[in-house]
Amino acid sequence: MKLILAISAFALMMGGAAPVFAQSDHVPAGTKLAKDQTYTYWLQDDIKTLDPDLNQSVEGNEMLLQLFEGLYTQDNTGELVPALATSYDLSDDKMTYTFHLRKDAKWSNGDPVTAQDFVYGWSRLADPKTASEYAWYLQLMNVANADAVVDGKKPVSDLGVKALDDYTFQVTLNKPTPYFRQMLTNASSFPVPEKVIEKFGDQWTRPENIVTDGAYTLETWDVGSKIVLKKSDTYWDAANTTLTEVTAIPIQDNDQALRRYEAGELDRVQIPAGQYPRLKKEYPDQAVSRPYSCTYAYRFNVGPKGPEALKDVRVRKALSYGINRDIIVDKILKGGQKPAYTWTHWATAGFTTPDIPYAHWTDQERMAKAKELLKEAGYGPDHPLKLRIMYNTSSDHKKIAIAVQQFWKAIGVNATLDNYEWKVYLDKLNQQHDFDVARTGWCADYNEASTYLDANTSWSDQNSGEWHNAEFDAVMKDSKTAADPQSDYTKAEQIMADQMPLAPIYHYAKVDMINSHIKGIFDKNVMNYWYAKDMYRTAN
Amino acid sequence: MIVYILKRLATAIPTLLALVIASYLLMHIAPGSPFSSERGIPPEVLANLNAKYGLDQPLWKQITTYLWNVVAHFDFGPSFVYKDRSVNDIIAQGFPVTLTYGSLSFITAVLVGVTLGVTAAIKRNSWLDYLAVGVSIGAQVLPNFVMAPILVLVFTLTLHWLPGGGWSFSDPRFWILPVIALSTSYMASIARITRSSMLEVLGSNHIRTARAKGLPNRKIIFRHALKPALLPVISYLGPAFVSMITGSVIIDVYFTTGGIGKSFVDSALNRDYAVMMGVTILLGTLTILFNLVVDIVYGWIDPKIRY
Repeated sequence: MKLILAISAFALMMGGAAPVFAQSDHVPAGTKLAKDQTYTYWLQDDIKTLDPDLNQSVEGNEMLLQLFEGLYTQDNTGELVPALATSYDLSDDKMTYTFHLRKDAKWSNGDPVTAQDFVYGWSRLADPKTASEYAWYLQLMNVANADAVVDGKKPVSDLGVKALDDYTFQVTLNKPTPYFRQMLTNASSFPVPEKVIEKFGDQWTRPENIVTDGAYTLETWDVGSKIVLKKSDTYWDAANTTLTEVTAIPIQDNDQALRRYEAGELDRVQIPAGQYPRLKKEYPDQAVSRPYSCTYAYRFNVGPKGPEALKDVRVRKALSYGINRDIIVDKILKGGQKPAYTWTHWATAGFTTPDIPYAHWTDQERMAKAKELLKEAGYGPDHPLKLRIMYNTSSDHKKIAIAVQQFWKAIGVNATLDNYEWKVYLDKLNQQHDFDVARTGWCADYNEASTYLDANTSWSDQNSGEWHNAEFDAVMKDSKTAADPQSDYTKAEQIMADQMPLAPIYHYAKVDMINSHIKGIFDKNVMNYWYAKDMYRTAN
Repeated sequence: MIVYILKRLATAIPTLLALVIASYLLMHIAPGSPFSSERGIPPEVLANLNAKYGLDQPLWKQITTYLWNVVAHFDFGPSFVYKDRSVNDIIAQGFPVTLTYGSLSFITAVLVGVTLGVTAAIKRNSWLDYLAVGVSIGAQVLPNFVMAPILVLVFTLTLHWLPGGGWSFSDPRFWILPVIALSTSYMASIARITRSSMLEVLGSNHIRTARAKGLPNRKIIFRHALKPALLPVISYLGPAFVSMITGSVIIDVYFTTGGIGKSFVDSALNRDYAVMMGVTILLGTLTILFNLVVDIVYGWIDPKIRY
């Protein structure tokens, strides 16, 4: 009891001594700020690591954006905002980037953030000894020698990164990469504190050891319970950082998380599938749906292990035409998602959706065409097409699979449902390629169409349906050096609509409940990036 | 007695060894790897990962290295999924939480369960009996994954008395809902076992003798009936205690307590081999230990049993 009293007395003292916040430049003049500048948000899955070089999850990246800072951040519309890089030079061959770093950036132990910290971080990401699952990110960025270094064929020192001096960081690419700077907002490209890592090894991300260069530092990290971040006073823009504490709570069950939101224990939570219309009615100022750059699709296996029928483009087209996306979006998901006829999310920066005829056909037209194509391919009532739909255990995937099964039944296809546990599903999808049709989701790594389209090139590790198309490959190769890659992306989508290696189903929306006092959360950022340093809580 | 305990502890070693080997093999037979993710990983990165975690070694070598590290250094290795944590860390963080709410649940279940059971037996066929039986059957049929959301609905959303989740060692308000949710079904079982065994004992010869001697009812119940009536309860309590203190995934998931139950289930789903082995060994050891404790308590309570 004494202890509790002591703690509450301490809390009172802290409350009493709370500083009056200087209005930062993110907060509009005249806003009445709450005394308690905290923000608590929901995580579906626990954070697996807070090491920027080892992270591979979207949630982990979100948290790392608060703790660390790289060359750029994003604004609401996804445009780049200089963070540690104040300016950059690009060589004439478009393969060498020289970044000039700000000189007032500090680690939370007071050391300056230097170009060497970037070189160390990028080298560590590539180093086979680090064994990072995100090492391929450097390969995706086309950093010179990244392939050979990750493969262990060249020493780490051969990686195309250099510190020209303390505040000049140079990256050499092996080919021009139009989206290169877009990729620098992901935490995998952030600097890391060499001294701390060398001293503590695997333990360096513990609250008691970690040193960060972002607006926040790590206060508490209890696996399965909570992660608490505290405002960092050494951050170069600390004067403009209003929220003092950010807490993440992992709650696996979405419904339970919603109850805790309603109890006021969370400021942000995802709305479970199908509940958006009800919550929007009840809480119009809290329930929000915003485009989110991910696509849900059914991938056809056209590789050696796939069924013969799917090697016929007419069958693939018929199956795609047969899916009624409007029903899936309006009756199952009900959260502002959009029917998808392209693999690239419609809201991707600069992307022009090509004219895809079946997108505006009526339901009857699509069905008629689907039946006709199946008949041409030799399938009909006396010789029905039999397929397996593979998905990983989840009630949402199941609902969609059942709907698709019914849609396909109407065009004379007998589909059975194969439901596998996550890891088994991944094995069958990515390693063994043992499936007919598999549900798949893809989220953008950066806000540019190539993040989607590159996954379907014949050399991609993500091309689990083993679809190889020379024309598509050529277009994607051309896009890397073209003055205007966007027209290539549109063309690539057209090829996909003609060849149908997968049936796009819907484009994601981020459907959340957000406390109406939390301001400054981006509402247009399709990557769903957010920066606590730009946010604040208003008074009741 | 000492010899008996030593003998039992000696047989625990081969049991644990068999447990470790069987779990290790089963785990490796299961399809999927700790490193598979939604994005296909290039083969060279996968090779680096396998090398880092020793999965490129032959299976017998993996098992022997693992056993050596556990026995010689008490080191359960790094987690394959929580990259910044070792298994020792994960257990050290989660087990105290589980142990706290598990022990509290155990005490609650025993106190309430035995009281309900004894009351029901003494006042057989009275309204008290029906009430006690009703309550315990009600508690039994309400599994904790139904209890947990109902408790949150009532105590958090409606009454605003208690937090809907989270954990703090210094604030008991966080303990109450997990303890209620976890203890009810055990409490119900204890009440039922106590009631039926109490009824049996109350009908036995030595109680009739005691009554014939004219002993007061209270003395008969507490002196002569309770001790033998508790024997079946005790044999139930051993495994019940172990399963309570090794955690419940439902409690951890609903109340984000951060206990070990969630780590156990997650490690299996994530194929986090090291965490799974660590928790399995912990569980196995506790089970063996508490079965031994139960047997010792048995000998102490029941004069017919001697070792």
